[in-house]
Amino acid sequence: MKKLFSRPESLRAKGNLYCPGCGHGIVHRLIAEVIDELGIREKTIGVAPVGCAVFAYDYWNFDVTEAAHGRPPAVATGIKRVFPDRIVFTYQGDGDLAAIGTAETVHVANRGENITIIFVNNGVYGMTGGQMAPTTLIAQKTATTPLGRDPKIAGYPIKISEALGQLEGSVYIERVAVNSAKNTIKAKRAIKKAFQTQIDNKGFSLVEVLSMCPTGWEISPVEALKWIEEKMVRTFPLGVIKDKTYL
Amino acid sequence: MEDRILMKGNHAVGEGAIRAGCQAYFGYPITPQNEITAYMAKRMLEEERVFIQAESEIAAINMVFGASLAGARAMTSSSSPGISLKQEGISYMVGCELPGVIVNIQRGGPGLGNISGAQGDYFQATRGGGHGDYYLIVLAPASVQEMFDLTREAFDLADKYRNPVIILADGILGQMLEPVRIEKKKPVLSFTTKKEWILDGCKGREPRMIRSLLMEEGVLEEHNWKLNKKYEKMKTSEVRVETDNLEDAELALVGYGTSARICNEAMKAARRKGIRVGLIRPITLWPFPEKVIAENVRKLKAFLAIEMSLGQMVEDVRLAANGKCPVYFYGKPGSGIPEVNVIVDRIEKILK
Repeated sequence: MKKLFSRPESLRAKGNLYCPGCGHGIVHRLIAEVIDELGIREKTIGVAPVGCAVFAYDYWNFDVTEAAHGRPPAVATGIKRVFPDRIVFTYQGDGDLAAIGTAETVHVANRGENITIIFVNNGVYGMTGGQMAPTTLIAQKTATTPLGRDPKIAGYPIKISEALGQLEGSVYIERVAVNSAKNTIKAKRAIKKAFQTQIDNKGFSLVEVLSMCPTGWEISPVEALKWIEEKMVRTFPLGVIKDKTYL
Repeated sequence: MEDRILMKGNHAVGEGAIRAGCQAYFGYPITPQNEITAYMAKRMLEEERVFIQAESEIAAINMVFGASLAGARAMTSSSSPGISLKQEGISYMVGCELPGVIVNIQRGGPGLGNISGAQGDYFQATRGGGHGDYYLIVLAPASVQEMFDLTREAFDLADKYRNPVIILADGILGQMLEPVRIEKKKPVLSFTTKKEWILDGCKGREPRMIRSLLMEEGVLEEHNWKLNKKYEKMKTSEVRVETDNLEDAELALVGYGTSARICNEAMKAARRKGIRVGLIRPITLWPFPEKVIAENVRKLKAFLAIEMSLGQMVEDVRLAANGKCPVYFYGKPGSGIPEVNVIVDRIEKILK
């Protein structure tokens, strides 16, 4: 009988630790599929973050480490400089990448490190109970913005991918979402292109993935899919932000 | 003729690292250790090894973390305020059992302090320094020769225990010039030795994981007990201390690093006056040479600890003396330098 669907070799058979409707499982799987398809499982080293996705290492079937909160880009830099021929990527949430680790994020891109960042933007700190993230939308209610994010008090949702696109060291940056089959296919294409950019030694690549956190947003999983389409995409438009891979 | 060259302490640290096979160095500017970073920028380039001027002390230690988990001998250096910033990363390295060398060319504190030598970071270095329950081997050079020797040996100790090692020097040792003998000694563990725990891609083996998050019940306790076995082994195997004139001494001066040099002068000055003074110079601050203190509690009338601080190492001397012999202290904080004549004066008063 013809096999139509199976678990990628880069993904372990492991029970789901994430909440119902969470986007992390989809993103984990997309990365695993891409790594399989590119045939790089045995030369890939992943760096897991602090946050919900700290458990990424339980799912991936290749070498994985875990960095301190915000420090994956520095850890990835250390690994990549020692092993320029390995594929090194970080998996980071919005708090990790765009708040506590902003300096590491900016400078890894500015150095043009030949690594890949998969940046999962769900607009809240999930692991710690739904606090405001740097990417929380204006008026969005969180545990620490009970009346909604007021820019006068808490600033604006940070468009870090656009900012990184301004740096000469960055090569490929795209924003995608995993809230529909169509968007998920596009997300996989972007993740594959990011890894290919690294394989081709072209330099720094980052894919920002808008992802669902129904628990943090306090809505149902189905509403969360719509929320990305109707609210999040307005502040964080999907598409290619920078592409110098033709060079 | 001896093959010696005149070197600055900070340069000797750099050359010691090069000779140990340091494959990756990550630095950030801060006085009075800048010569290490500049030296490594030049030498690592010549040796075709990894050098990065990081965006911060925090990034630098996390780059060490990454290079170390990839199996490289890695180092970072800084001075007091910058070492504070590295503490989180050091704690993670211990938790993940990653070797690495961290050099602290101490300056005056607290806060931004000043840029002169001081010894205010003893507690931070010898009590772990970051969060959690852990220890590191802390080496205290007292000459430019030792800046070279101990840095080189630090890499072997780090690999031996899969634990970071701290070189605790100060701005005076970093800036002073002395002749150094560069011995062509091979590192104990070759830096090309295959480490069986590193992450280098899972080709031909099961994937590995390096982490310090251990959430399952009892697992973290177990991990801490396992780490403790290493600390116990360090305590029995790695204590280093130099003693002088203890045989007939009535009082022993205790000092490390720059303070030990001052103690040495004070000991000679006292001896010229006919006062029988000895010297105990801890080379490892952790593990602390408790035994040599404990063994001399009956023979001596007193210990006098000398430090460029408000009194930190003196606590370890007191713990080791365990109330069986009086322990006195004289020190100066904030880059103050203890004076030889004051030390001799104190000795005379104590023994009167």
